[in-house]
Amino acid sequence: REASVPQFGREQSGPASLPAEDVSTNSNGPKQDSLFDDDPEDLFAEATEEVSLDSPERDVLLSDGPSPAITPITPPTSVITPRIESLTVPVSLQIEEEEGGDSFDIHIAVSDPEKVGEFSGTFWHLRDKQDSSGTSLSVFKQGEFSVKRRFSDFLGLHSKLASKYLHVGYIVPPAPEKSIVGMTKVKVGKEDQSSNEFVEKRRSALERYLMRTVKHPVLLKDPDVLQFLESSELPRAVSTQALSSAGLLRMVNKAADAVNKMTIKMNESDAWFEEKQQQFENLDIQLRKLHASVESLVCHRKELSVNTALFAKSAAMLGNSEDHTALSRALSQLAEVEEKIDQLHQDQANADFYLFSELLGDYVRLITAVKGVFDHRMKTWQKWQDSQMLLQKKREAEAKLQFTNKPDKLQQAKDEIKELEGKVQQGERDFEQISKTIRKEVSRFEKERVKDFKSVIIKYLESLVQTQQQLIKYWEAFLPEAKAIS
Amino acid sequence: MMGYLSVSLQPRAVNVDLQTDATLQVDISDALSERDKVKFTVHTKSTLPNFKQSEFSVVRQHEEFIWLHDSFVENEDYAGYIIPPAPPRPDFDASREKLQKLGEGEGSMTKEEFTKMKQELEAEYLAIFKKTVAMHEVFLCRVAAHPVLRKDLNFHVFLEYNQDLSVRGKNKKEKLEDFFKNVVKSADGVLVAGVKDVDDFFEHEKTFLLEYHNRVKDASAKSDRMIRSHKSTHTTALLRILLHHYAYYCTTTAPLRILLFFLKVSELFEKTRKIEARVAADEDLKLADLLKYYLRESQAAKDLLYRRGRALVDYENANKALDKARAKNRDVLQAETSQQLCCHKFEKISESAKQELIDFKTRRVAAFRKNLVELAELELKHAKGNLQLLQSCLSVLKGDT
Repeated sequence: REASVPQFGREQSGPASLPAEDVSTNSNGPKQDSLFDDDPEDLFAEATEEVSLDSPERDVLLSDGPSPAITPITPPTSVITPRIESLTVPVSLQIEEEEGGDSFDIHIAVSDPEKVGEFSGTFWHLRDKQDSSGTSLSVFKQGEFSVKRRFSDFLGLHSKLASKYLHVGYIVPPAPEKSIVGMTKVKVGKEDQSSNEFVEKRRSALERYLMRTVKHPVLLKDPDVLQFLESSELPRAVSTQALSSAGLLRMVNKAADAVNKMTIKMNESDAWFEEKQQQFENLDIQLRKLHASVESLVCHRKELSVNTALFAKSAAMLGNSEDHTALSRALSQLAEVEEKIDQLHQDQANADFYLFSELLGDYVRLITAVKGVFDHRMKTWQKWQDSQMLLQKKREAEAKLQFTNKPDKLQQAKDEIKELEGKVQQGERDFEQISKTIRKEVSRFEKERVKDFKSVIIKYLESLVQTQQQLIKYWEAFLPEAKAIS
Repeated sequence: MMGYLSVSLQPRAVNVDLQTDATLQVDISDALSERDKVKFTVHTKSTLPNFKQSEFSVVRQHEEFIWLHDSFVENEDYAGYIIPPAPPRPDFDASREKLQKLGEGEGSMTKEEFTKMKQELEAEYLAIFKKTVAMHEVFLCRVAAHPVLRKDLNFHVFLEYNQDLSVRGKNKKEKLEDFFKNVVKSADGVLVAGVKDVDDFFEHEKTFLLEYHNRVKDASAKSDRMIRSHKSTHTTALLRILLHHYAYYCTTTAPLRILLFFLKVSELFEKTRKIEARVAADEDLKLADLLKYYLRESQAAKDLLYRRGRALVDYENANKALDKARAKNRDVLQAETSQQLCCHKFEKISESAKQELIDFKTRRVAAFRKNLVELAELELKHAKGNLQLLQSCLSVLKGDT
């Protein structure tokens, strides 16, 4: 029997739309300098000062008042130079906009993978469409368009974003996991329930990944993201293959990072960071535990479904052997009701699984990204400290050179010191920048997390409502049959 | 932990449709659960002259019920009746074990969790207790409603004699004897069942009962399993997700709105969980117990058919013996008497058996009707209750966001 595989967050794919023009005029190289210098050009500079978790203003900002008219954000190519005072109003609008996300968001639907013969690979359709209210982000040329992407393209996108943004403190949403086994089944063309489930799982995961990425106000404007969403052809991302040399290199780097992290002993001057890190540690543990208990719930429900089906068959047999006609019919009806209820149990188990289990899995991976960002901050600090120590040494060396008669060496030393002073300053700036960014990112993350869980819970409750309504239908149909027994 | 438990009784759990009349009314008015036995207070109201008083009570234990049942089975005069099935032995072992495990694990959980679990297990214990009381009561009511059995002397002694009946449980030797008796009986039963009956009614009943009994057995086992898994599919896992989130947010100064959201949802799941537990309990009562009861009753009906079959075989054998005696012209009188006895016995059994089996069908149909209707009504009630809770919570939550 085929269990229906629910498709959450899936929108109906319409007719194929026109391919979009390649929008990005910028190179794909790191563009971060123009986006997050901590001078007045940074839109968010004020934001981090204003909004702390405890600030009373935050509640006002998060209130459900009607969102004021949103001023369009000009694309990154133009330089924004407003004065600081005039930023305060637009900045709070910015945050309001984030909170009431729907008013500006794009919606992305990932649908229907298809196999394209020549490449012996699977392409996923992306359909982007914007809300009627919001062409406020004029980064997009058109209102609605659709492109085809391969799974490796998604991984490539993530890899690029990670290399650009992670080390400056942005929480880049992790890409869905590779599954060699699952994908092989699909490639081979095996059409069965488990491969259908796998496809649906992956489709849903890709959709969630993209939505998270575009919901991020900074990532949304990234040229790689724009290219990914809009251009009809994408250069093949080769280095994302699971067993490629690039992949191995990445693994080695990750391991090296882990070792390094353990040896950094940072003087944490900011209690906020210490606290947050601890909280995320705890959250990580909790989420993993909860992930496990959802799986056990799903198991129980499937067991209930099996036992209900068995009982239904047994009741049907009993009805067959009953020689009182009306009772016999009623028992057969009971058997039918129980069979339908069994189907309900199965659907409910699917809901449990897809909604909660996948969400928890996503968040376990996200927390890893968050922890990574904290680690980068430590590394940035380390770099700064290292430059400082080096500067110190050079200064001492220079002092010693003062007493020798080597004017060239002295000059060289002075030059090196000048350079190092610049480096130290930069290091300090970098550290402060990443700290600021992380604060902002964490607050955004926590808001998004609440939103995600709330929306999943509401979806789940709605599925429970449906189940109860079906139950009522079935039993109401059965009752007159039972009463008809004379 | 459970020293003893006293319960005042709910209205009679009736898996059978019985006409009660004023001449003899029996019920179990009270029950006490002690460490390893249950004491039932059997209360009788009667207008019959046999009894010294018109209303009286005695205390009985499970073994005494079994003694009474067995005395019916062994009584040749009752061979033609469906003997009401004996109530099953009260079995609190599983429940007691769980309570004990809980007590041992007290240190490893929070006080709140412990109290909650304790309440649940105590409720389970109480439910098992109520069920065993109901089953013992039904047995007595069936006897009291039967036109012949109600007059049985042992029954009256059971009801009235206010001392201990000194009925001990069977010792090892007797249990072994029983075992062999059963083996012989089932072998014999197969033989007897193989004999084709002249009477269409009984032939049909034989076929029907055999198949019906097996199907009821299967349905009873499957319904038990289904209800057991229903009990274990709690929403507790999800509750924990929510409570953890809620607790996490208490440690960060999250807006009150968010705390309230999670609090409301976890309250909702508490309530729906209680309803789910009641659904499982009602299914147990209306469906599983019904099937279990008719498993025992159909066995008793089969036993009746066996006795009749046995009598038929004896009658036919006696006929053959008489023919042989007449042919040899030896011990004819003896053979004639024997044949007459067998004939009489067989006819008596057949007559009452026919009525008994017809009554059995009536009772069965009525009981199934009553229970299926009540099951459907309860399922509807709970589903509607659940639905209302969910919908009202959803509207509040959606309104907030």
